[in-house]
Amino acid sequence: MPKLTINNIPVEVPEGTTILAASRQAGVKIPTLCYVEGLKAIGACRVCVVELEGARNLVASCSMPVAEGMKVLTNSRRVREARRAVVELLLSEHNGECQTCDRNEDCELQALAAELGIREISYSGERTRKRIDSSTPALMRDSGKCIKCRRCVSVCMETQNVGALFPQNRGFETVIGPAFNHDLNTVACVQCGQCAAVCPVGAITERDQIEEVWKALDKPDNHVIVQTAPAIRAALGECFGYAPGTLVTGKMVAALRRLGFRAVFDTNFAADLTILEEGTELLTRLKAALTGNGSHGAEDAKSLAAAGAAAHEDHAAPLPMFTSCSPGWIKFMEYYHPDMLANLSTCKSPQQMFGAIAKTYYAAKLNKKPEQIVVVSIMPCTAKKFECQRPEMDISGTRDVDIVLTTRELGKMIRAAGIDFQSLPDEEMDAPLGLSSGAADIFANTGGVMEAALRTAYEIVTGRELPAENLHVAPIEGLAGVKEASLKVEKVKPEWKFLEGATLNVAVAHGLSNAQRVIGAIRSGEKQYHFIEVMTCPGGCIGGGGQPRYTNNDVRQDRINAIYREDEGKKLRKSHDNPDVAKLYEEFLGRPLGEKSHELLHTKYTPRDRV
Amino acid sequence: MQVSADQAKCCGCEEATEEQLLLQLDDVLKEYADLPGALIPVLQIAQAMFGYLPEPALKKIALALNKPYSEVAGVVGFYSFFTTVPRGKHLVRVCLGTACYVRGGKQVLAALKDALRIEVGETSSDRLFSLDVGRCFGACGLAPVIMIDDDVHQRVKPAQLAKILDQYRDNHAAGNGNGGSDE
Repeated sequence: MPKLTINNIPVEVPEGTTILAASRQAGVKIPTLCYVEGLKAIGACRVCVVELEGARNLVASCSMPVAEGMKVLTNSRRVREARRAVVELLLSEHNGECQTCDRNEDCELQALAAELGIREISYSGERTRKRIDSSTPALMRDSGKCIKCRRCVSVCMETQNVGALFPQNRGFETVIGPAFNHDLNTVACVQCGQCAAVCPVGAITERDQIEEVWKALDKPDNHVIVQTAPAIRAALGECFGYAPGTLVTGKMVAALRRLGFRAVFDTNFAADLTILEEGTELLTRLKAALTGNGSHGAEDAKSLAAAGAAAHEDHAAPLPMFTSCSPGWIKFMEYYHPDMLANLSTCKSPQQMFGAIAKTYYAAKLNKKPEQIVVVSIMPCTAKKFECQRPEMDISGTRDVDIVLTTRELGKMIRAAGIDFQSLPDEEMDAPLGLSSGAADIFANTGGVMEAALRTAYEIVTGRELPAENLHVAPIEGLAGVKEASLKVEKVKPEWKFLEGATLNVAVAHGLSNAQRVIGAIRSGEKQYHFIEVMTCPGGCIGGGGQPRYTNNDVRQDRINAIYREDEGKKLRKSHDNPDVAKLYEEFLGRPLGEKSHELLHTKYTPRDRV
Repeated sequence: MQVSADQAKCCGCEEATEEQLLLQLDDVLKEYADLPGALIPVLQIAQAMFGYLPEPALKKIALALNKPYSEVAGVVGFYSFFTTVPRGKHLVRVCLGTACYVRGGKQVLAALKDALRIEVGETSSDRLFSLDVGRCFGACGLAPVIMIDDDVHQRVKPAQLAKILDQYRDNHAAGNGNGGSDE
C-alpha cells in the first residue's frame, strides 16, 4: 500500500486510491464540483486541484491516483489561488440570479463561493447564453445556469445507460444537451431526473408545479386530495434539517392537512392493491407457461426454467415478467426494448392505480363527479410528472392524477406556507385510501416490490407465510446493482398443483444500466428468471430524481433502513391482509385481474423510436 | 458559363441518391460495428460519401455503433471538419489561425463572403462553393492561407480571389473536378 503525506499528515491507502479519497480518509477536505461519488471522475471542473511536490502543474485530486512517497498540499497559496480563479471564472459566466433561483441555498456553486470566501469576481466577459427547455412534463433545463460539469452526462450515460445529454459544440459555445441542442422531448429521455438530482446548480430541475397546486386548493368547489408515495416519509425530513433516514410520516400528514388538502391518502394503499393485481398476474403467467399449450407444459413440471423458455415464445403473457411501477423504466423499455413490452406487467403504477380508484370508487362514495376531484401526488420522482400525462391515464374520464409534486417541491410548499414542520404533531392518514401494510412501504426501495410480491404470492399458493426471517428476503436487500434469489415452492394448495416442487427464480435491478445488464443476460440466454423487479433510480424510489439533494449511497442506505423500520412497525405486513383493499374488491372491483380491475388498473405500452 | 445538371455529374457516372448512399452506409457500418473507436472514422467515411452528414445517416450510425445520438451529435459538433449542412461542389476554407489572422486572413474572409455572397457555413446559390473557417492548416509560413478542396493557396490577397475562384468555375465547366494551384 502506497504511503504518502497530505498536508504533512502521513497516509497509507490501497493502490489505486485517488488523492481525493485519500484526503477524505485523512480528514482533509478538498472541495469538488464535477465529482460524483460512484461515477467515473473526469477532472473537468478543476476545483479539486492540489499541489504535488515535484510536479510542474497542479493536479485534479479526483482523478489522480496516489503513488508511493507523494507529498500533497491541499491548502497552499498556489492551490487556493487556482481554486479561487476557477470558481471566479465559473461565476463570471454563470447566467443566473441566486435570489430567484430554484437552487437558492441548495446550490453547490453558491456554497463553494461562500466556502472559498469569494467576495468579488475579478473577471468580466460574456455570460453563458440562456435557453430554457421546458419541452417535457418533468424537467426544465436552463443553459445559462449550466457550468458544464458534466455530472448529468455521466449519470445519464453510466448509471442509466440512456445518454440523452452530451456536450454539444465546443469551447464557450458548449451546451450540455440532447443531440444538436434539440429539446429534450424529441430524444430518448426517460424523465428519471437523475440529472436534476446530481446537478450542482439550477441548470436542470423538475418542472415546478407548486403554483398549480395552490390554484387547485384555492377553488372552493374542488375536492383536492393528496397521495404520498412510500419514499417521501423517509426523506422529506431532510428538507427541514432532519438527518437522512428520519421517518416523518406523521408530521408529513399533519403538514399536508395544514396546506388545505381535503383528505390525505397514501399511495401505499395502491401499492397493496398493486401487489394483489401483479401477484395474481405473475401466478397467471406461470400457470399459462406451465399448463398451457406446447411441449413444455407439464401438469406437474418440476422445473420452471423450461416453462420460462416456453413462455417467452408465448406472446400473450411471456416470462419473465418485469415490474411496472417505475415510469422511467417503462419509458426505457419503450425506447430500447420495444420487442419485450409484453414482458412488462400490465399493472399500472401505484400512483396511477390510486388516481383511477380515487376518481371512480372514492368519487362515488362522496357522490362527486371525477372532475370535481383533484388528485395531487407527492412523489420522489420526476418521471411521475410524465406518467400522469400519458394519454391513456384517463380511465376516469379526466386525468386520473392531476398534479405531481416532488419531495423537494413539497418541502418548499410547506416552507412557503409558514408551517413549522419540526413542531407539527404526528397525524394519521385518512380512510378509505390511507391504510397500508408494511409490504407497501418497502415499494420505496430496491428489492421491496419483489419482497412484497413474494410475501403475498407465496402465501396465496401455499397458504403459509413466506419462510423468511422477519419476512425479509435477504439476498435481494441492499445496494448491489443486480440481486437474485430462488424460492422453492412446496406443499402447495390443490389449485396450485402445477407449481409443486418448482423453483421460482427472481432478480432485482436498480439503475437502468443494471436493468440493461439483466436484459442482456436474458437475451443471450445466460440467465432465466420468472420475475424481475426494476427500479429506475439507484437504490429505488428512495433515491429518486425528486428527492432532497444530495443523495449518495450512505443517504440511500439510511433511507432504506428507515423504510424497513416503517414496515416492521406495522401491524399489517402483507398486502393481502389490508382490510380496506379487501373491501375495495368486495364493494367495487370484484377480484384481482377481473373485468373491472382490468379496465381501471391495467395498461398498455407504446413502442418508441430510440433516435 | 452555365453548368447543366448533366455536366455536373462526375466522369459521366450517375450520382447516387441519398437513399442509395444510406444503403451503402449500412455496409460500412457492418464493418465497423464492433470496432472500438469507430465513431470518428465512420463519420469521416459518411461525410466523404454524402458530402455532409445528413440526419438519417447520423441516426443510422448511432444505432449501428450503439452510441447515444447525443454523443454522435456532440462529436460532429466538436470537430469543425464535420458538417451537417449540404456543401457546394468546392469547399473554401479560410485559415484564421494566429499567423494567418495577423497577416490578413480576416480581410480575405470578408472578401470571400462578398465574392460568394454567403456567410461562413453557407453554400452559394449555384451550389458551387461552401465557405468555412479553420484554425491553422499547418502552413503558417505561407500565411494567409486558404484551402479550396485539397488545394492550398498561399499568401492570398483579397484582390486575387476572383481569379482563384474562377479557376474552379472553369475547371468545373470543363468537366475537370481537380482544382489547380494558384501557381
